[in-house]
Amino acid sequence: MTVDPLIRSLEELQARALQELSASPSADSVERWRVAYLGRKGHLTLVLRGLGSLAPEERRAVGAAANRVKALLEESLARAEEAIKSAELHALAEQGRLDVTLPGRPVPLGRLHPTTQIVREICAAFVSMGFQVVEGPEVEWDRYNFEMLNIPKDHPARDMWDTFWIDRVDEHGERPMLLRTHTSPMQIRIMESTRPPVRVVVPGKCYRYEATDATHESQFYQVEGLAVDDGITFADMKGTLYEFARLLFGSERRVRFRCDYFPFVEPGAEMSIDCFACNGQGCRICKGTGWIEIMGAGMVNPRVLEGVGYDSSKYTGFAFGLGPERIAMLKHGIDDIRLFYSNDLRFLGQF
Amino acid sequence: MKVPLSWLREYVDIDLPPRELAHRLTMSGTEVGGMTVVGGSWDNVCVGLVVSVDPHPNADRLRLATVSLGNEELTVVCGAPNVAPGQRVPFARVGARLIDGHTGQMETLKAARIRGVESAGMVCSEKELGLGDDHTGIVVLPEDAPVGKLLSEYLGDVVFDLEVTPNRPDCLSVLGIAREVAALTGKELREPDLSYPEEGDPIEGMVRVEIADPRLCPRYTAAIVQGVAVGPSPRWMQERLLRAGQRPINNVVDVTNYVLLEYGQPLHAFDYRTLREGRIIVRPAREQEPFVTLDGVERTLRPPMLVIADGRRSVALAGIMGGLNTEMTDSTTTVLLESANFDPVNTRRTSKALALRSESSSRFDKGLQPELAAIALRRATQLVLQLAGGKACKGTIDVYPQPRERPVIPFTLARLKKVLGIELPPERVQGVFLSLGFSSSREGGNALKVTVPYWRSDISQEDDLVEEIARVIGYDQIPTTMLSTPVPHHQPQPERELRERAKDILVACGMQEVISYSLTALAALEKTQSVEGGVQPLRVANPMSGEQEYLRTSLRSSILSTLAANQRHSREGLRLFEMGRVYLPRPADLPLERPTLVGVMAGPRWPEGWLGSGETLGFFDAKGVLETFLGHLHLQCTFEPADDPLFLPGRCARIAVGATAVGIMGELHTRLLEQFQIDTSPVALFEVDMAALLEVLTTGPRQYRPIPRYPGAYRDLALVLNRDVPAARVQEVVERHPLVARAVLFDVYEGEGIPSGKRSLAYRVLFQLPDRTLAGEEVSQAQGEIIAALEREVGASLRS
Repeated sequence: MTVDPLIRSLEELQARALQELSASPSADSVERWRVAYLGRKGHLTLVLRGLGSLAPEERRAVGAAANRVKALLEESLARAEEAIKSAELHALAEQGRLDVTLPGRPVPLGRLHPTTQIVREICAAFVSMGFQVVEGPEVEWDRYNFEMLNIPKDHPARDMWDTFWIDRVDEHGERPMLLRTHTSPMQIRIMESTRPPVRVVVPGKCYRYEATDATHESQFYQVEGLAVDDGITFADMKGTLYEFARLLFGSERRVRFRCDYFPFVEPGAEMSIDCFACNGQGCRICKGTGWIEIMGAGMVNPRVLEGVGYDSSKYTGFAFGLGPERIAMLKHGIDDIRLFYSNDLRFLGQF
Repeated sequence: MKVPLSWLREYVDIDLPPRELAHRLTMSGTEVGGMTVVGGSWDNVCVGLVVSVDPHPNADRLRLATVSLGNEELTVVCGAPNVAPGQRVPFARVGARLIDGHTGQMETLKAARIRGVESAGMVCSEKELGLGDDHTGIVVLPEDAPVGKLLSEYLGDVVFDLEVTPNRPDCLSVLGIAREVAALTGKELREPDLSYPEEGDPIEGMVRVEIADPRLCPRYTAAIVQGVAVGPSPRWMQERLLRAGQRPINNVVDVTNYVLLEYGQPLHAFDYRTLREGRIIVRPAREQEPFVTLDGVERTLRPPMLVIADGRRSVALAGIMGGLNTEMTDSTTTVLLESANFDPVNTRRTSKALALRSESSSRFDKGLQPELAAIALRRATQLVLQLAGGKACKGTIDVYPQPRERPVIPFTLARLKKVLGIELPPERVQGVFLSLGFSSSREGGNALKVTVPYWRSDISQEDDLVEEIARVIGYDQIPTTMLSTPVPHHQPQPERELRERAKDILVACGMQEVISYSLTALAALEKTQSVEGGVQPLRVANPMSGEQEYLRTSLRSSILSTLAANQRHSREGLRLFEMGRVYLPRPADLPLERPTLVGVMAGPRWPEGWLGSGETLGFFDAKGVLETFLGHLHLQCTFEPADDPLFLPGRCARIAVGATAVGIMGELHTRLLEQFQIDTSPVALFEVDMAALLEVLTTGPRQYRPIPRYPGAYRDLALVLNRDVPAARVQEVVERHPLVARAVLFDVYEGEGIPSGKRSLAYRVLFQLPDRTLAGEEVSQAQGEIIAALEREVGASLRS
């Protein structure tokens, strides 16, 4: 039989080919190997071509063997090519390694002024309770800032609001215009222009003629609130402001109301929260009292209601006012109110 | 108002610890702002009796005092010149904490040998105990001081510093506070007995009083005490005055100050001999009337400032300060005591006009009741007799043309419920009123009639009484409920919403918000050309400083100052904006407060870093932010070249939306930057009128446009044209063609290959229709039409 040497040479061919393939390190050498063995004039092709000279019996036996060899070589080739491609990609990727600790490409970073942030936070708390946000003029008439708020001219309570007066004199020789000392004149403007129910908060700039220090600024913000309708009570005021304190300072906060005096409310109140720094134990922030004053409030004085044409026997309501900067100072531990409007980016950039 | 508890106890029993009492007062409206403990450090100090005083064997100036503490006797070395046997003195044992008389420091007393003699403690001076400044001798206690008792139990005290609200002048008195304490703690009030013997001459023959204008002086009462001996007040009086913050002067003046503090009624003591013609006339000052007040200052008065005059001249500024000409002296023997009532408004105006405030004026200007005058006068007369001797004249002067009736206010429990949200039984309500000195009577059902006591000037309506109930039962007794009334309809606030949205967009563009002062200097406004058409900005009549005197008519100078200030400590690029109001004066009306946006950019575009380049922020950075900002608001804006002396020539643009001008932007002129001491260049600034922007803002929901379904074709168009043709003009011509969806300017070139005076603009043009695919020929034809239009309208040719 002549098939045995043929099959043996096929086996030798296979062994040689696999050995050479495993020694081919690059895409080029693998390609040369493919041409050498599997190409049109390759060794295996030649073997297969030579099959024609064999008898059919022998052809079948040798052919089957040759095809097995071919399949094996092709499979090995595919594996070798895949391995080389993967190695190449890996090598390429290796070259692309980055120092991921290098700083990123900068995008300019802007922030809202801390006052804007806290005013929004305060307003949002009240909006969630059905209040609407409105604004009013900063330059006001004495009438709105004082008189209609039950603070007539020469009233001793005017000492509570040191006032910047506008340098204009009316026919009576009086200065009728001023920089509003609080946002309370908006109580009058709103009630003059709408009928109950009223439920608003008014943020805005206010001004006081006073020497500045760490806790006093001649310009500051206030957020005023007003709710008037038939059936609003002091108890509702307590509930609303308590809810506000919880929204802003956390649900574990307790509040305290004590009697205080503002001419446009009766009864008048001041609300404090228990000190969040010491939980009411007494510390530097609460000056040892365990309580921090947050805002003035009270039931709208019937005289104010009558002044705007509301029937004070039917309508009652409450008003309140608070200082956003003070709230921000408490929340962020800021010790000097003058930082707010000096616009130092080393300060503003922190919020 | 300083109130020593020892004084308060004279009128009301206090069995609460001081801290608890302070809390109750604070909660009910009289805030205790501070609490000083007198004798809080006197742990080892007690009352001693000096048994004997012997010379020191080794020192002439020192003596040996033997002091009995009741159950023991101790001998100490003493340097005080006034120590004498039989005295009761504060005695400090070893271990006591005392203030060193020389250094003022707190020291612990140690046992010591002084010049060879053992000293077992110390007899103390005022200064050593912290009672006063005197260190010239030891404190001599009254003869009834209990020997052996701890000094803190005998002399110790707590002084409340009360913050009295302006509606409660009655609480500017110890008795007023005692009334509060009595009501809050359910104790009885003990008012002083006001009786005294009247053994002098009849007062009618000695003085006549006239009131020229009873509106300015509703009541004038006076008493005379003859034969007084002016001298120092006794220790108890001095101590009370000192603890309440008043310096003792002499017994008669001290009495007026004491009664002022006790009752809250200011009084004045005249030396009767200096009053001419036995007359007192209460009248308005004359025009330009000169008058020297007790403080030695000559003041110029004018009507209707009120004076007290005698037959010849003014002797006091009514309700504010006495005159130097009738001042009490040590040789005064006959005293006229004045206790009057003056109009609050006139007192306040006078005090303000003269810049002269006193304990007296700050009470009158809050409105005292005329009834108080007569009561305080009796108290003062009684105390003068007690302290300075003499005889009180028979009767008193009391000019009270129109006696005031006490207000009676109707009150219902229904109102209490409507305002507070609680129901109380009428007995409880009447009980509270009674505790505060209000009398009330039931008027059937739930109605009461409440009579206001004479000392309260702040109660005039039903809700004032509601507050009295609420504060006495305690605000914490009122329940906490949520609003249950209807929520009002929403009222849109488009301007505020636009401003807040704008701030968010600008922050997202990397800009930092700043808020600056609305008041500024006129010069700062002038520098930035913000004073338009000769309209003077509004000025504040009483500015704190020249830097904050005018209401700003633009935000430019504020933001440039902010930029300059921050550049002093930062070399980084700065992108700042402010959303604020400008105040534009209007005749006979409040100013127009126009919302305005201003932004500035300057410095390196990127922070210093490994990726950094040396580029600086400039015109196109600011314009880019504006385009993003306006684009965010879906506004199509145009930038027209403009000339404005504030900006560098050719680097300024007016911003418009459609036909509406909304702002200006550009790179600022170097001259302006110098004025603000800004040393970086360029500085780009933009200013947007938010009110104008609001007008052009499209409202209502955005309408959906279908996404293009048919592919478009891109063609590049490189043009050469005169340098001065604005790119926006070219863009407009290109995008006008109906087949053009959009065109992007991707290159601007001048230089080699382009004739001088010309530049090349290259556009990538997208041709696209919503309803079908364009054929190649259609695109080419359209391109040809565009080129033709460009040649015709802007003189452009294709770049070869």
